[in-house]
Amino acid sequence: MIRLEKRKEPSKFWRIANPFLAVLLTMIAGGIMFAMLGKDPITAIRLIFFDPIFSETFGSYSRPQLLIKSAPLILIAVGLAIGFKANVWNIGAEGQYIIGALFGAGVALAFFPAPGWYIFPLMVIAGAFGGFLWAMIPAILKTRFNTNEILVSLLLVYVAERILAAMALGLMRNPDIAGFPGSRDLRRYEAAHNAELIAGTGIHWGVVAAMIAVIFAYAMMTRHMLGYHVQLAGQAPRAARFGGVSPARLVVICLGISGALAGLAGMFEVSGPGGQVRIEFASGYGFTAIIVAFLGRLNPIGIVLAGLLLGLTYIGGELGQMMLQLPGAAIQVFQGMLLFFLLALDFQTNYRIRLTQGARI
Amino acid sequence: MILGSINPAVLMAALMVAATPILLAAIGELVVEKAGVLNLGVEGMMIMGACLGFIVAVNTGSPVLGFIGAAFAGMALSLLFALLTQALMTNQVASGLALTLFGLGLTALLGQKYVGITPPRTPKLDLGPLSEIPFLGRAFFSHDIVIYLTIVLVAAVWWFLKYSRAGMILRAVGENHDAAHALGYHVKRVRTLAIMFGGACAGLGGAYLSLIRVPQWTEGMTVGAGWIALALVVFASWRPWRALAGAYLFGGVVVLQLNLQAAGVKIPVEYLSMSPYLITIAVLVFISSGKARGSSNAPGSLNRPFHASS
Repeated sequence: MIRLEKRKEPSKFWRIANPFLAVLLTMIAGGIMFAMLGKDPITAIRLIFFDPIFSETFGSYSRPQLLIKSAPLILIAVGLAIGFKANVWNIGAEGQYIIGALFGAGVALAFFPAPGWYIFPLMVIAGAFGGFLWAMIPAILKTRFNTNEILVSLLLVYVAERILAAMALGLMRNPDIAGFPGSRDLRRYEAAHNAELIAGTGIHWGVVAAMIAVIFAYAMMTRHMLGYHVQLAGQAPRAARFGGVSPARLVVICLGISGALAGLAGMFEVSGPGGQVRIEFASGYGFTAIIVAFLGRLNPIGIVLAGLLLGLTYIGGELGQMMLQLPGAAIQVFQGMLLFFLLALDFQTNYRIRLTQGARI
Repeated sequence: MILGSINPAVLMAALMVAATPILLAAIGELVVEKAGVLNLGVEGMMIMGACLGFIVAVNTGSPVLGFIGAAFAGMALSLLFALLTQALMTNQVASGLALTLFGLGLTALLGQKYVGITPPRTPKLDLGPLSEIPFLGRAFFSHDIVIYLTIVLVAAVWWFLKYSRAGMILRAVGENHDAAHALGYHVKRVRTLAIMFGGACAGLGGAYLSLIRVPQWTEGMTVGAGWIALALVVFASWRPWRALAGAYLFGGVVVLQLNLQAAGVKIPVEYLSMSPYLITIAVLVFISSGKARGSSNAPGSLNRPFHASS
């Protein structure tokens, strides 16, 4: 009979191989899904995963898009991964992303139309601070009152969405255009515009920030005491406590870092690709980043690859909508399936299947 | 402000309608957590129920079949969770999240053609003279049958957990799975059954939203109801009747907020519609701060994976 046996050490091979296998399985399952929707599966999969980069016709448009879509995912996921390692579950990055964007845009709109080199840096600080503040709510409730951070951070997403709507309709609404919700277009306000740095590449300050965050996270997790504490607290909470790691401090740090990074991502989005504070501004990056973090094995380098892949599915999804009239929701299903397959495959990282003879006693 | 225009009997009736979907989901999750499993996929299972229930009801013309379909849809998704967490030993938090993300995506896809359709009406239960009683009749005795069945379900779960032998096994599995295993109980089988029950309940809760409360299908229409149900279980400190009280309290907040919107209070709608979430957080803080009784009532093996070593 078949039984699972726990491995003494998680298998290194499967840890690395599983994300690739999961992507492959998702493509197959996704192809079946497309076939059921009456589309040619091979064309659809090619359109989503290959054409955005390799196609002659759309490549020039969609290649820069890759970095634009991936940067916020990577930026958010790097922060989340640190928390996930320490068993601190911030799943409300979407809310921190929104509040960061509002803080950043708020600074810009307050200065409008003054020029000044200092405005954009101030927006960056405000964005990070906004996300940080929003993440401090679950952090402090957790450390002070032992309130579950999963539920609080998630519920705050809905609150943030409503603040966003209120801002787009009220305080931040563009006073020059009557009757339309939405703020001024920050792309038309030079001092606040998060412009493309090298033409045709899609590289804006958010991409730069994502790269810096990846390097810092990598250094912290592998070289710094704090990274060690994070790992220890996640793997052996009791040992960590005896070792003098304060769980409360760790909760605040993990939520603080991930909140600030999510806030930054929101700020770079609203001042660049997004352009303005609108009701539909939030596009689910905060949730997709959770998948990115897991797919990247909570490792900064892995997260870069995973972020690029999921960024690709966003663009591919748009192409699919345009070319094949694929429903937009198909991409969400794709992303959900990817996480399922990854989690399911991971059992072989920690367990091995043994065939035993006869019945167990 | 025209608060006087709010009729308390209508308010009470609306409160019960608003409370029922989250109560259904919460009572299911309560059983799941009592068995020691934390399923964060309630939102995903609810939206599955809302969508599939709607589709079945529209196509068959029967709300009853809709509800049955919804229960099966929620259960099907929960089986996926059971497969992951019980057979493949995955992380429960991550698996629950996956369930929610997947459910939201899949229903957006499935429900696409059903946006803007009106579902078949669920008739009110005819309680004869009871519904004629002034105030009480309008408030309590002029509802659809699901509201009453939900209360019956709460009572049944309470009885099951407290007095039945199976309920005691379920609680044992949730409190200490190693001891339960040593006693010869099938930890994984019990947990899988509990997860399926939770899925069915969440599906029913979702269907109540799309078939009765709203009644319509829109993408992502649960807007956090599943998460509020999860919070409700904590608020109830894992006791069925408290979940009922909590759900009605919550329903009261929602209805009051909607009435204030309708009465044209000078607070923007966006801020008023935040209140259910903020109040849920406030209540969570109050319960978990330890000042309230029963804060440490969480099942002992909650969110701990079980793998029989021998």
